[in-house]
Amino acid sequence: MTRTVEALVAAPSGLPRLVADVSGTESLIAHTERLGVMPRVSSGRGRSVDLIGIVERSGLRGRGGSGFPTATKMHAVADGRGPRVVIANGSEGEPASAKDAWLLTSRPHLVLDGASLAAQAVNASEVVIALDRHDGRARATIARALEERRAARIDPVRIRGVDLPSRYVAGEESALVHWVNGGEAKPTFVPPRPFERGVRGRATLIQNVETLAHLALIARFGADWFRELGTITEPGTAIVTLGGAVARPGVCEIAIGTPLRDVLAAAGGPTEDIAAFLTGGYFGTWIRAETAWDLPLGHLELGRVGAAFGCGVVFALPTGACGLAETARVARYLAGESAGQCGPCAYGLPAIADALDSIVAGRQVKHMTGLIRRWTSQIAGRGACHLPDGAIRFVASALDTFAPELERHHSRGACASARRRGLLPLPDGDGREWGWR
Amino acid sequence: MSEILRVNPLRCDAQGLCAELFPEWISYDDWGYPIIRADAIPPHLREHACRAVSSCPRVALALVEQP
Repeated sequence: MTRTVEALVAAPSGLPRLVADVSGTESLIAHTERLGVMPRVSSGRGRSVDLIGIVERSGLRGRGGSGFPTATKMHAVADGRGPRVVIANGSEGEPASAKDAWLLTSRPHLVLDGASLAAQAVNASEVVIALDRHDGRARATIARALEERRAARIDPVRIRGVDLPSRYVAGEESALVHWVNGGEAKPTFVPPRPFERGVRGRATLIQNVETLAHLALIARFGADWFRELGTITEPGTAIVTLGGAVARPGVCEIAIGTPLRDVLAAAGGPTEDIAAFLTGGYFGTWIRAETAWDLPLGHLELGRVGAAFGCGVVFALPTGACGLAETARVARYLAGESAGQCGPCAYGLPAIADALDSIVAGRQVKHMTGLIRRWTSQIAGRGACHLPDGAIRFVASALDTFAPELERHHSRGACASARRRGLLPLPDGDGREWGWR
Repeated sequence: MSEILRVNPLRCDAQGLCAELFPEWISYDDWGYPIIRADAIPPHLREHACRAVSSCPRVALALVEQP
């Protein structure tokens, strides 16, 4: 008994669940034909459905990066007092990730169903869809989708889109709430956490848009259906963004627990010999290819070997490229994304980026490596948000993974690939505004 | 009930008094910001901890109950 309504449409079996074959944007009509109408959670009078209980049994975890159990957050907000707010987080500050943008532009109604259902489940009267200000396509698609839904009168709650500054930490929960409340999109010191006091002081549920898309399917097809794919401890599917030396880069939906080898094969396989993989994006970790191929992808499985799944980024670094040079570029970018509020981050990240540049140039390699190790241990856990922790995890994993390359830079100086264009994606500076408001 | 020292990194601007007053518990990082031991303050050092808290010009340091 896990279905909320009689499903009018058969539950999809196997993959894909989210990354369906849609040309352009799926309209409300096409979405409803595919999945049936959005179920009602509660009707005021008459029967109501315990959607949070169903989500809890499904084992759904957040798909934004931390992998936090979704139902735990929903309970916390539902238990709060007064009016509540839901934020669908589609800001996707991670430059190497493209999954949220794909969902928002291809299947907006799946995300909006999830947001609407989550709001009904926690008794929120307001939903805010947070979008990246520079993603014009997602903004236009969501605006059109909201018009379709208003005309069809399907949402019992008010939903509006907001355009968040394009900064790496702007989508961090406290920064997001601070900005929605009229401040800068910079992290604040917690507590209070958003589920206690968020938007205008109200208990606020923040969920990544992919998480909400899963929730929209769980509400239709149930917890048992959700658990048909994935692992016992981490059920379901996840959208990963594949990059680097792979035949078909881009978004790809996987059952959680699928070995990296099979994920790459599904995307046409590698196009060159692979030296290492970066998983989890720029808060993630490098792993040498020989140990990575058989690793099952997921928060728990990768966490067991000290690696990160994060928001599902998997980047294949070819043997011809220099992992240290790639890391140096990204470390410089992350240093620039510091909000400059906390000393250890504001001073530590640029210092680490300088030391990495020196290593890449073959200058004082041993000394600089020692300094980075010293600084990463000093900085750990000392920011208001996780930017410094994420950045040092990424850098520290590079020093471990690329130890042979470090040795080569020490003995032979700068490598040839240091002068080439980098492979890891970074936002381009053209026409970008870098403000925080 | 045990207590720990916690700094609000958004307020702290490395004035450095806390580490001067309570070196048993607080050291500096390479930029002069405090690194604070994470474990509970033992009773015989509580007075020192309180002095460090009350002398912070930025009101960035607090003695909080261990979560």
